[in-house]
Amino acid sequence: MKKILIIGLTLALALGTLTACGAKTEPTATGLTGKVVVAGSTSVQPLSEELASAFMDINPDVTIEIQGGGSGVGIKAAQDKIADFGSSSRELKAEEKATIANEYVIAKDGVAVVLDPANTVTDLSLDQIKQIFTGKITNWKEVGGADAPIVVVSREEGSGTRGAFVEITKVSEKDAAGTAVDNTTKDALVQPSTGAVKTTVANTPNTIGYISIGALDDTVKAIKVEGIDATEANVLAGDYKISRPFLYLSNTELTPAAQAFLDFILSAEGQAIVAKDFIPVQ
Amino acid sequence: MKAYEKIVEKLIIVCAIISTISVVLITVFIFRSGLPILMNYGVIDFIFGTNWSPTNGNYGILPLIAGTLSVTLGALIIGVPMGIASAIILSEILPGKVARVFKSAIELLAGIPSVVYGFFGLIVLVPAIRTFILPIVQLVVPKATTTGFSIFAGAIILAIMILPTIVSISENSIKAVPREFREASLALGANKMETIVRVIIPAAKSGIIASIILGMGRAIGETMAVILITGNMPKIPGGPLDSVATLTGTIAMEMGYADATHQQALFAVGIILFMIIMLLNAIAQISAHGLRGNN
Repeated sequence: MKKILIIGLTLALALGTLTACGAKTEPTATGLTGKVVVAGSTSVQPLSEELASAFMDINPDVTIEIQGGGSGVGIKAAQDKIADFGSSSRELKAEEKATIANEYVIAKDGVAVVLDPANTVTDLSLDQIKQIFTGKITNWKEVGGADAPIVVVSREEGSGTRGAFVEITKVSEKDAAGTAVDNTTKDALVQPSTGAVKTTVANTPNTIGYISIGALDDTVKAIKVEGIDATEANVLAGDYKISRPFLYLSNTELTPAAQAFLDFILSAEGQAIVAKDFIPVQ
Repeated sequence: MKAYEKIVEKLIIVCAIISTISVVLITVFIFRSGLPILMNYGVIDFIFGTNWSPTNGNYGILPLIAGTLSVTLGALIIGVPMGIASAIILSEILPGKVARVFKSAIELLAGIPSVVYGFFGLIVLVPAIRTFILPIVQLVVPKATTTGFSIFAGAIILAIMILPTIVSISENSIKAVPREFREASLALGANKMETIVRVIIPAAKSGIIASIILGMGRAIGETMAVILITGNMPKIPGGPLDSVATLTGTIAMEMGYADATHQQALFAVGIILFMIIMLLNAIAQISAHGLRGNN
């Protein structure tokens, strides 16, 4: 008796789950249905979410799921075909490029170098930034500031922002064997997100950190790099040196819904959304 | 036995089996994911290497172990005397009604999410250490500097976080000391303080030790609060005002972005964490048994 009961309950539960998964929505005016999964970079995530919600307003029967995890996760998701798009906030390495069929640049982002607002330094060269982040320059007076020790704030190992930053500033350099070595000083505070870097730099005297230009606000002071202001216009013009692409990666034939989403992102409407926080590419 | 009782009994067995299987699966999974890199990189190099920079292929976790142990030790130094003192006050000294108010306040600490502790530490404690503690330290060591992100900050926050565990378990074991012990001690002419120190604490010590072990377990495992306030600097610390990175914090921060080998290394860090906790538990169990044997 009880066995029948247990089996019955289990079956009912299982069936419930299955039907929930298999449920299909009826096509509407645009005719598009389906689900698009985008997984990867947490830098790209807020943009993806905004693009997705605008797209779903037009195509109510398409569900777009945005997952985080990081650029590493995004590249892996595209390689293993477990998402329609993997997203990355850094250029692919050569060996990664070989494993991924399609790469779409959906936006560009600049990385701003930020100081706590009380700091008097306003301009650093790429080389000075490199010296500071590798621990060769340790006092603000060496770069025209007050006599105070420099507190370097970095992102965690593997972060896309860190990857972009160390590569462009040459903090990461190829050694004799040709492998890139990240020489960020061991005396750096490490914070696991853009927000945490911003809070740390804003509230700690003598700090220097880096965040995406899209995340800049009044709590921290962005400096000029090589005499160029950290603005979106300067990134797009190619004048501002520390910038990076936002990529959507795919290894499969795009589904109609995924293709439509990509077309939407690269359309004038999509790029207008990109332009709110980042730099449009079309 | 009634039919529903049998069903309930079976359900309970199923629950027990599921939780046991989970433990086994998690253990197997962590070891399977982490062991390859431990073998390739070398266990000794991994544990005693002083350079943690996964992007460069260096996986020495000694700085992380030092970070975890120093923050935990600091938390115990601050938290254990406070916790035991609170337990004694609550069970032996304060009248029942007042004690209940204090007790529920302390228990409330256990309900605060750890990220809130971390945020509190970040906004209040870290700047306070920089502005108030640093000048005092500089009177003795003029060259001292700190950003406030430090072992000290982590230890204070963790000490507060482990208080509820230490207080409630110690208090229970102190309350469980038979009334006759107190009466006999007082009858022999000992005053209240002597009774507490010489009779009650020794009689309750296995419970007190258990509370310290559980508190230590929580301190080692705590992740979120520690990420926010210790600075996450994978470097062997020179003093309590230096920044450190912990084992758990490093796993949590880096897992999201990690590529294949890096991810394996983080699982290997998990293995070491697992081992450390097992080892500490074993030591604690043995010492608790030893002490009980002396009674």
